[in-house]
Amino acid sequence: MHDMSAHAAQHGAPTSFIRKHIFSLDHKVIGKQYYDLALVAVLIGMVLSWIMRLHLGWASLAIPGLHLLSKTGAPGDVMTPEYYLQLMTMHGTIMVFFVLTTAPFAAFGNFFLPIQAGAEDMPFPHFNMMSFWVTFTGFIVLVASFFVSDGPTLGGWTQYAPLSAAGPVGGPGEGWGVVLWAASIAFFCVGQLFGSLNFITTTLDMRCKGMSLLRLPLSAWGWFITSVMGLTAFAVLMPACILLILDHVAGTSFFVPGGLVVNDQVLPHQGGSTLLWQHLFWFFGHPEVYIAIVPGMGIVSHVLITNMRRPMLSHRVIIYSMAALAVLSYMVYGHHMFVSGMNPVSSLAFSFPTLVITIPSAIIVLIWLGSLYGSKLRINSASLFALGFISMFISGGISGFFLAQPSIDIMVHATYFVVGHFHLVMGVAAMFGIFAGTYFWFPKMFGRMMNETLGKIHFWCSFVGAYAIFMPFHYLGIAGNVRRYQAFVDDYLIPLIPVHKFITVAALFTGAVQLIFVYNLIYSRFKGPKAPNDNPWEGTSLEWSTATPPPHNNFGDKMPVVYHDPYQYSVEGASADYIMQTSPEPVHSPDEEK
Amino acid sequence: MAKLVAVTIVVIAILSAIPIITHTWPGNISVGLPQDISTHGYLIDEQYADTMIEAGVSFLASQLLLAYFIWRFSSYKPGDKIKKFPGGATGLVVAAFLLVGTEVLALGVFGTKAWGSVYFTPPSPNAMAVQAQAGQFAFYFRYPGPDGTFGPIHPNLVSEASANFFGLDTTNDPDSKDDIVTAEMAIPVNREIHLLMHSKDMGHSFYVPELRIQQDFVPGLDVSVHFTATKIGKYEIVCTQLCGLGHYNMKAYLEVMSQEDFDKWLKQQAALQ
Amino acid sequence: MKKAQNLVAIVSMLVLVCCGALLLNQKVSAAGEGKITGNVKFEGAAPHMRGIDMSKDPYCVKATSANPAHMETTLVGSSGGLENVVLYIDGWSGDATVEKNVPIFDQKNCMYVPHVLPLDVNQTFKVTTSDNTAHNIHPLPNPMVNVGWNQSQPPGAPPIEKSWKNPEAIRVQCNIHPWMQGWFVVVKGPYAVSDSSGNYTINNVPPGSYTVKAWHEPDQTQTQKVTVSAGQAATASFSFK
Repeated sequence: MHDMSAHAAQHGAPTSFIRKHIFSLDHKVIGKQYYDLALVAVLIGMVLSWIMRLHLGWASLAIPGLHLLSKTGAPGDVMTPEYYLQLMTMHGTIMVFFVLTTAPFAAFGNFFLPIQAGAEDMPFPHFNMMSFWVTFTGFIVLVASFFVSDGPTLGGWTQYAPLSAAGPVGGPGEGWGVVLWAASIAFFCVGQLFGSLNFITTTLDMRCKGMSLLRLPLSAWGWFITSVMGLTAFAVLMPACILLILDHVAGTSFFVPGGLVVNDQVLPHQGGSTLLWQHLFWFFGHPEVYIAIVPGMGIVSHVLITNMRRPMLSHRVIIYSMAALAVLSYMVYGHHMFVSGMNPVSSLAFSFPTLVITIPSAIIVLIWLGSLYGSKLRINSASLFALGFISMFISGGISGFFLAQPSIDIMVHATYFVVGHFHLVMGVAAMFGIFAGTYFWFPKMFGRMMNETLGKIHFWCSFVGAYAIFMPFHYLGIAGNVRRYQAFVDDYLIPLIPVHKFITVAALFTGAVQLIFVYNLIYSRFKGPKAPNDNPWEGTSLEWSTATPPPHNNFGDKMPVVYHDPYQYSVEGASADYIMQTSPEPVHSPDEEK
Repeated sequence: MAKLVAVTIVVIAILSAIPIITHTWPGNISVGLPQDISTHGYLIDEQYADTMIEAGVSFLASQLLLAYFIWRFSSYKPGDKIKKFPGGATGLVVAAFLLVGTEVLALGVFGTKAWGSVYFTPPSPNAMAVQAQAGQFAFYFRYPGPDGTFGPIHPNLVSEASANFFGLDTTNDPDSKDDIVTAEMAIPVNREIHLLMHSKDMGHSFYVPELRIQQDFVPGLDVSVHFTATKIGKYEIVCTQLCGLGHYNMKAYLEVMSQEDFDKWLKQQAALQ
Repeated sequence: MKKAQNLVAIVSMLVLVCCGALLLNQKVSAAGEGKITGNVKFEGAAPHMRGIDMSKDPYCVKATSANPAHMETTLVGSSGGLENVVLYIDGWSGDATVEKNVPIFDQKNCMYVPHVLPLDVNQTFKVTTSDNTAHNIHPLPNPMVNVGWNQSQPPGAPPIEKSWKNPEAIRVQCNIHPWMQGWFVVVKGPYAVSDSSGNYTINNVPPGSYTVKAWHEPDQTQTQKVTVSAGQAATASFSFK
């Protein structure tokens, strides 16, 4: 492992502005770039959701200024059905790929994985730089689709074929909109493949002296497991996107069967399979859910344990459970396809692993709760969001019991029940993980402190607001409210519109509150009070034993040596309430796991 | 602050459970499962009820436990020692395996019965065949007519402009001559229906919440479902698979009629062809 | 007595306004131009126009409850006249865009009014909606000839203004209401469309010999040669099967 770190150290500290801040090889700068990209993306995604929610609550309402976004999509500020779907698709794509994957995984992982492992940098810094810039290109390509003649694609973030593959006949945005979408996602996949490669190699080969795998903090484990998932999942989605592009530009028919008739014209395709796309997409899509949430689990474990002032009840059980989630996530993807026309026997084959995956999830939650028991919980913005994560993860996870069973899925498939489920479990929970990580690591990343009062206001409003938005989604779904409708014109859906109005108000409120966070983030980055020391939260892992912000090669001239498991808090007989991983002070606690 | 978090979690957990238990949203809006009008639906509803009890108990128990621990362990004195959870990690892992494991095993096993009632029992031979065709953005239905046989579909003849929605060749295909094409789906009550599903263009779905049926139309692959409706009335068939800009307005009505009314209706429709 | 005076005043005002309009409109005032009139007949028994079941959208059902909608592919009047035939001059060599008015293509009671809209190349037309349900307007030109589009018009949306670059008979449909079918018939030069009795008049035709072309959906055409003299009406009558 040491020859690898010697290789990584070869690039010295850059001097020019461009090499320092733009085309940087430094994993810390790349991490911040990913964070900023996610911030821009989440703001766009959030504004899109506001527009959608306004329209869902008050369908005939003209939204002032909307025609500025698209003259044909919103003539005279009146939302057209296709424009709603286009905004919805972009909201989903931006949020899933460019926020929930980049922020907890690529942003925090890039910044902290090498530091927590005790490495000077990633092993392939050029790949790392490319990882960001390819992802960034993907984002630009996606946003560019707003400006092509028909606007972005309207096929939803899942882009089911043949709607996505049949070309412009499918509707506005189904021509160039889809091609740009698929190109964007293919770029994104390449970026994340580069990133995953670096993460895996860093974890396996770049650890400092004394840092055994089990001595890695749980956040590092979260990123490591995620990168293994990323390597396999993105490697499937990327070729799927390329095949989709070929169906558009090269006359192939991977995803379009023969004999389809649109507008009285037989499509010039034959021999493709629409289910093939669903299999390829969900083989990526379900692991993607865990790609979004496992880093959050790691971050939350890390933040909570620091604020609980005790070792995790079992470090290993959390690691094994996260790994079990990763493995199982590939065996459950078919539960997205219970009503797809897939063989009904396969549905059962996918149903059981889906039910089983609740076991590792439950174990993780129980270990968190068991660790909370008898702890000395410190309340701050970071720990509040970490606790909020647990609550959200439970709420969102439990509805999985329903969706895992094909017989019940018949009722709630493609309804707001599903929307509520995945927004809570991978949207809100993952966002809470990002918030917890931000409030926790901000001093290390930027050398300044965030405002705690604003942070707590942000937590309260987000916590109550998120429940107010997403819990009613479940009730709507049980009543049969279909998702992806731009307006509710069915007799049985019209009575439910007041519930949608309530959700819209809650969403606008919760969205507005996020601006407090953005303000806090930007203001504190430049004007916040300087971090009082290198270890403001009295943590034990390696990021807290280096300077703030860390120097170019992370640890200055002295590489760290690790003596302990990561979370040595409240060790009996110790000189302080915590023992750093780098401290040679002996530990005689029964909690020290060998 | 921590105590307030605990109280908030409890309040949210309880408030969240109320609409589930009462099936109502403020303003007397019904948010429960729609009424069941199918012969197999009770299996799904029972499975749903069982799952709701297990999920509800897990939800409330874990949220309340989280709230209690936050309440209890955020107030401590500097000299306090940390305590280990009784039973430790092993106890919790065993508990998770036992409790959650039995729970999901039970759900899986009993759920299979409900699933099987829809998909593993073949339609009875005297089930009435109806074909549904989904296209952007309307459903059309076809009854085989007196000969009991559907004429073949010719994609190149499909024409919305001349209302030949199924692409039938009534001059050359004798089976097509008496086929009855409708925009509404009528079925006789208490008679098993074998629904043959054909997509004209995109992926669509056939969803009637009251029938406890949701099945995608798969382009290029004709699938079928079967069901028996037990209650006369007018229900909505809606599309749940995103199929394009008019997805939200893709629907048809399902009329469950007495056998006499149905026969009359079918005769009327035949006259309109 | 007073009433009669008022009437005279109004009538003379109207005459004045009409004369003014005639003088201002050069095309009409050019006394040298003639016109082509005639009648289009349908031979044989009029085909049965099936009723349209709009049950998928309750708004449409309600809108057509008093006056049930039926298909409009072949509309034959009581006297055997064929409606919706577009008549224009084949091989027109003058200005391509003769008609300067802005015709309206309305969506009313979930049908297109008119069912066939003749247009000059580059003539602007407006698509409007009188319905309280969203429609998408999806003309389907040959992609090698004209550029198609597909745009929705929800209730309350402003009119869509468009024009076509090249002559072509373009079918237009609403996908949300697949029975809504209409035609934009884009031609060069003066045109007319036959009314419910099958009568038509092409105005503003300069003297000369022409081939009149009659088009009926989906792709039936007939031609006839006529000679137009100054200020006179030439006749050309057609009959379709």
